[in-house]
Amino acid sequence: MTSQPFRRLEGGLIDRDRPLTFRFDGSTFTGYAGDTLASALLANGVTLVGRSFKYHRRRGIVAAGVEEPNALATLREGNRQEPNLRATQVELFDGLTASSQNRWPSLDFDVGGINNILSRFLPAGFYYKTFMWPAGAWMFYERFIRAAAGLGKAPLLGDPDYYERRHAHCDVLVVGAGPAGLSAALAAGRSGARVILVDDNAALGGSLRGDTATINEVPALAWVDEVGGTLEALENVRILTRATAVGYYDQNLITVCERVADHLARPDPHQPRQRLWWVRAKRVVLATGAIERPLVFANNDLPGVMLASAVRTYQLQYAVKCGRRAVVFTNNDSAYSCVSALMGGGVPVSAVVDTRASGPGDAARKIVDSSGVECLFGHAVVGALGRQRVTSVEVMALADGGSRVTGRSRVIDCDLLCVSGGWNPTVHLFSQSQGKLRYDEGLTSFVPDASSQAESSAGAARGELGLDACLRGGIEAGAEAARLAGFTPTEDVEAARCDHVDEAPVEALWAVPLPARRHGKRFVDLQNDVTAEDVALADREGYQSVEHLKRYTTLGMGTDQGRTSNVNGLAILAGLRDSDIPSVGTTTFRPPFNPVTLGTITAREVGADLAPLRLSPMHDWHAGVGANFVTVGLWLRTQFYARPGEAMMEAINREVLAVRNAVGMVDVSTLGKIEIQGRDAAEFLERVYINRWTNLQVGRCRYGFMLREDGFILDDGTTTRVADNNFYMTTTTAQAGPVMAHLEYYAQTVWPELHVHLTSVTDQWAGMAIAGPRSREVLAAACEGGDVGDESLPFMGYLESRIAGVPVRLFRMTFSGEMAYEVHTPSDYGIRVWEALMAAGKDFAITPYGTEAMSVLRIEKGHVVGAELDGRTIPADFGFERMQKKDRDFIGKRSLERPALAYGPRKRFVGLISEDGRKIPRGAQLVWNPTAPKPVPMLGHVSSTCYSPNLGNYIALALLEDADGYQGKLLYASSPLTDSHVPVRVGHSVFIDPEGERARG
Amino acid sequence: MLLIPCPWCGARAQTEFGYGGDASVGRPPDPQQLSREAWLDYVYLRDNPRGPHLEWWYHAAGCRRWFRVRRDTLTHEVLVSAPPGEAIEDGSP
Repeated sequence: MTSQPFRRLEGGLIDRDRPLTFRFDGSTFTGYAGDTLASALLANGVTLVGRSFKYHRRRGIVAAGVEEPNALATLREGNRQEPNLRATQVELFDGLTASSQNRWPSLDFDVGGINNILSRFLPAGFYYKTFMWPAGAWMFYERFIRAAAGLGKAPLLGDPDYYERRHAHCDVLVVGAGPAGLSAALAAGRSGARVILVDDNAALGGSLRGDTATINEVPALAWVDEVGGTLEALENVRILTRATAVGYYDQNLITVCERVADHLARPDPHQPRQRLWWVRAKRVVLATGAIERPLVFANNDLPGVMLASAVRTYQLQYAVKCGRRAVVFTNNDSAYSCVSALMGGGVPVSAVVDTRASGPGDAARKIVDSSGVECLFGHAVVGALGRQRVTSVEVMALADGGSRVTGRSRVIDCDLLCVSGGWNPTVHLFSQSQGKLRYDEGLTSFVPDASSQAESSAGAARGELGLDACLRGGIEAGAEAARLAGFTPTEDVEAARCDHVDEAPVEALWAVPLPARRHGKRFVDLQNDVTAEDVALADREGYQSVEHLKRYTTLGMGTDQGRTSNVNGLAILAGLRDSDIPSVGTTTFRPPFNPVTLGTITAREVGADLAPLRLSPMHDWHAGVGANFVTVGLWLRTQFYARPGEAMMEAINREVLAVRNAVGMVDVSTLGKIEIQGRDAAEFLERVYINRWTNLQVGRCRYGFMLREDGFILDDGTTTRVADNNFYMTTTTAQAGPVMAHLEYYAQTVWPELHVHLTSVTDQWAGMAIAGPRSREVLAAACEGGDVGDESLPFMGYLESRIAGVPVRLFRMTFSGEMAYEVHTPSDYGIRVWEALMAAGKDFAITPYGTEAMSVLRIEKGHVVGAELDGRTIPADFGFERMQKKDRDFIGKRSLERPALAYGPRKRFVGLISEDGRKIPRGAQLVWNPTAPKPVPMLGHVSSTCYSPNLGNYIALALLEDADGYQGKLLYASSPLTDSHVPVRVGHSVFIDPEGERARG
Repeated sequence: MLLIPCPWCGARAQTEFGYGGDASVGRPPDPQQLSREAWLDYVYLRDNPRGPHLEWWYHAAGCRRWFRVRRDTLTHEVLVSAPPGEAIEDGSP
């Protein structure tokens, strides 16, 4: 364990009474509560934290916040391991374990570093140019390239934590709790509006947490605490810290990722690790601040080169010295506050190198004058020197408006170079909201222009960098948002006061020129290893659109989304093209602003909770007898009821034979059920079904097809006339929802004049089918009073009766082809009736059967299901052309008259029997000769296949062209996927009882 | 995710709704009288406007009512909604 040699003895917002122990790459260190992983590493003098993406160059910490491009670490171990976290955003906790990435075998000695030596052979687009030929070889190369270039590794173990999603609505959402955001939340909150204030840090204050400014005559942090307290006390204000707004979607939907427990070793029991808020806001105030730009010069990626604002934050907020001796390199005034922070914290500053010949404004000048730091105006750092980290910098004078460097170079010793290239307002969310950006010449960056949604930006996020402007702009934006959301801002909320600081304008210097006859890598994008030379190469090779530049060089495509690199990159491109920056434009910002784990996005919708589970009213009975279940859409259905020691196929065959030879019962509660009522109900059915309905008598059922308007079958099913103006429709399980929507559409929008009302009653009725030669005897034994013989309940008849004292609806209809009845009863009585039927059937050896046996029975009978009604078939394909009404319109009729559907030739429905007793492959194509040269003409396809215990052979249903011509012929059911080619004999689609005598009894 | 104003239930999240296509096209009253071309036009051909578009939405996980929404396909702005048969007077083209 080492001490913290770079920690100042006092100051900062860390808690020195709470030391924390953590491990980085196997070594143990200490830090304090309030540290980030980055600040703790810096306090311990760890400057090398990673290897770069492509060249494997040594990289150190550059920033102090969300913009960090280098310090990506893998956190935790085992099933909680998480890669690619920014060390600058990871809050330190006791026992934290972190490791660096993209190095092997270690950070200090990394084999991949050879790429740096070979780097002149690895220019932009290298992979495209080299590995794309010969075609197909990329598959081979890719494994090695991916292994060498990359970020952290995804964990292989299941995530033990859970995540939540929460929806929220508010009048005003304020993103960012810096000076502007706090002011906005205060103004909006005082008006009574429901306000949500989110900030990605653990505490409020934003940039003020590392600031020495005075607000309202008190230190800035005291003001932050006061405003925070006021907001906490307001019931209409909700504050979310450790919460990053990551996505801005249509109609002011903002997603906020709240890191509930990431600052703990593990979440408390019953606590989610992260929570994704979906916030729908009437108005949004974006107070997202600004991000400092680095400067581009040779070897600007050496550890020890850091953003000036970050150095200041580490110094003031974390009491961490980032080096022993510093040079500050800037093109604007903001970096001078870094000089005072360094000097005040005991880090001598050797020189301030300012690219502006005229130097800074008065306030900044006062800092250097009073401290006596040497200032080199009109100069630039042309290169950082050193191997492990910065040991000195080379400075030269700028000439010709910064287009070249001149004079003798001077080397200044330092181990810390603080750079500032100006500020970019954090416009990511604004851009995501479809707002338009404008290039601000004075600020040399893009700022929000026209809003596209109910939103406004405030403070540094809109380019107003001064503290006084942030405080004032925040109050104004907050009050305006509240007013537009329908509230009256109170008069007494005034902007907090602070001194105005006059600054000299920033002077653009997008890349420091290389001295004559010198080489050196000038990095634009540190995370993706893109240099100014790469940008120039892309330009020479014709990738001049900013979108092409991005994809060719990968500029800005890292997990940091180019926060520190985009503007520099496109400004360099603009320079090369001799055009202005606005005409080059920006690439598109897309959500998420910061990476979000997949667990947070899926939240609770994982495993068994992926989708709602629908259970039959009789589910408990099935489970009680040990049924084997299968998911069908959202439903859990009984697949078969295996007896002890019985294999699946044995159980299915037993169930099938029981139905054919005695009686079986199956749960059909999953069928869609729709009540159709009203005086025009029959007329409505006439219009939606292909067959006749007005002549259906009360107490009778009828089978029918429904088409889509394009003529293809939507669904089939049976509808019963329960009363004159009351029909009871059943649909297939899978199509219940779509059929309901389809019927509602026509009833409500096409024929609103019809008096018809539709109600989905799927969940209200339990359904069971008893089938087999003894089914009538079972029913007769179970029904209380009333005959169920042919007289009172003929084939396709309907009868109301009672079983076990419960009202039931009886339908005599068959899916299996046997004599069969469906019994429907109110859901709550499902088990009672089911058990009564089982008891009544005991003497007849009634056998419960599942979906597999039901499927075999219907295939043997040639009945169609979704596999046949696949959206490409019409009634005539199955021999139902005579069912279609000729004398009146119905949905899809006009389309059936199209020549292609009316005259064919079309594939028609046939049955297949395996010729050699082998299984007929699912989804097989029917061909003459499977070994013929490809492409083999495909004559048709297998739609359903099974083993028929009644025929003792494998059978299938299929759609086949020239079906009549192939009757009795031999074809092959060919499945190249499974390499099985089975000879099949073509026959009739009905294998059992083609005359239909069994059903009619 | 859009916020869709159901004329009966108020503004609800898009996940509660189903999309029903172009609402400016009505089913011809007597399809048998139509030429083949006119019928195919009705079944298959739809405009794909850039800007305001009148469309059907179905409150599937709510009141199960169909209604019309005028939505800007460029900005995703929902301009107005109305029950079937009611005039929409919002001034949009």
